Amino acid sequence: MRPADRVLTILMLAAGAFGLSFADAARLRQANAPASTATAELVERLRLTDPVLFTEARYTRHPTQADLQSAFQDHPVALEHFPTGSLLPPPAGILNAYEHLDRKAASPD
Amino acid sequence: MNTWIEKQRHLIDFTVASLARRKGKNLGLLSIYGLLVFVLASVALYTHALRAEATKVLAGTPEIVLQRLVAGRHDLIPPGYIERIGRIRGVQKKEGRLWGYYYDSVVKANYTFMVAPGMKIARGEIVVGPALERSRGLAAGNGISFRSYSGELHTFIVADVLPQSSELVSADLVLMHEEDFRAFFKYPEGHYTDVALSVANPQEIKNVAVKLMNALPDSRPILRDEVLRTYASIFDWREGIMLALLAAAILAFGILAWEKAAGLSAEEKREIGILKAIGWETGDVIKMKFWEGLLISLLAFLLGYIAAYLHVFHADAVLFEPVLKGWAVLYPRFTLTPHIDGLQIATLFFFTVFPYTAAVLVPIWRAATTDPDTVMRG
Repeated sequence: MRPADRVLTILMLAAGAFGLSFADAARLRQANAPASTATAELVERLRLTDPVLFTEARYTRHPTQADLQSAFQDHPVALEHFPTGSLLPPPAGILNAYEHLDRKAASPD
Repeated sequence: MNTWIEKQRHLIDFTVASLARRKGKNLGLLSIYGLLVFVLASVALYTHALRAEATKVLAGTPEIVLQRLVAGRHDLIPPGYIERIGRIRGVQKKEGRLWGYYYDSVVKANYTFMVAPGMKIARGEIVVGPALERSRGLAAGNGISFRSYSGELHTFIVADVLPQSSELVSADLVLMHEEDFRAFFKYPEGHYTDVALSVANPQEIKNVAVKLMNALPDSRPILRDEVLRTYASIFDWREGIMLALLAAAILAFGILAWEKAAGLSAEEKREIGILKAIGWETGDVIKMKFWEGLLISLLAFLLGYIAAYLHVFHADAVLFEPVLKGWAVLYPRFTLTPHIDGLQIATLFFFTVFPYTAAVLVPIWRAATTDPDTVMRG
């Protein structure tokens, strides 16, 4: 096989795969359509307002329902202290530093 | 036509042979080029699909959610407040919503407790989201206890688990009976978290919101459009962060590609000189180099894009997920439905293939139009 034919074959195969990705996207869209519609119906039925992407704080769980000043709601120069605003999860040491008083508190009943 | 095709094939033959002489350098360039396209295409495909999915599922959110503010903060809707809204033309339905947050110290995650308006849930029973099922190992029929904010322990039976396919919106939900909700949070009778309003005509939504603001100056209406815009801007912002981080890499690649394409090595200059000396025309030399630029950039674009497509839609975007979706203890597991923005891909194609191909041509044209002897002597 000539080098040109070899390269053009690779290029055609890659172009074919590029085209196939659109066909595959259409197939997946069709396959996921019922689930997607069911989710939209659930949103409508339960009157939900936000997707569950960030659950750490109320202004990250429901950004659309948060107070208007929510990013700085503790005080005006407060740094964001939830990991959603950063790029990586915090080290385990930080997570374990929190004292779980609620588990130690006596139940009033 | 056939002669033209045959001529191009010969030129490509020669181009491939010339590229093969500097195999390591060209393969390195192709892989870095492809990697850059892969990263950019992954970000573009991922954020667009997430944005499209969020827009689709959030299309059914209430037209208006009415909050009451006290000193700039969200407060409960007191009894009689919904009645004060009165009869506003265009409002079909007014419904108080009951929802709140609960921090589960066992898995260190927040849940959203909610009274489900369209579902029949018996007292003492709950319906949970799929992430809760996973994190607490729950199944229908299991019992689970939550310690309320007043310190009492409340035990519920899991009546059902919401479908996994709806996880994007339901992962952390705990749906319960209204009386259970009020007892758990000691919610005062007749109070609500906020009010959901249905407005039949989408063009009336803003007018209704203004009337609400007039009737209830302490209220904050949140429109469906605002919800959709918030998510569009969140994903734009995250895409922006990713691109900002990549900016240095893009710039570095730009310099590398420009240096490679625009500056000719002594070897390449000699090659052009020899070609001219053995009788190649300037046009042929330019065509050969054009093929070189096009083959490398087109192949890098296609391979990078295909790898990005597989990464995002068939490997759940493992590399970028934490940056683009955010990080949380309770994280929904969902497979994205591909929504490809043709314009975005065309832009990526234009900015990756054209500049490189064009940059290759400028120095070649300069070298190819000079005397072969001068070029060979360097």
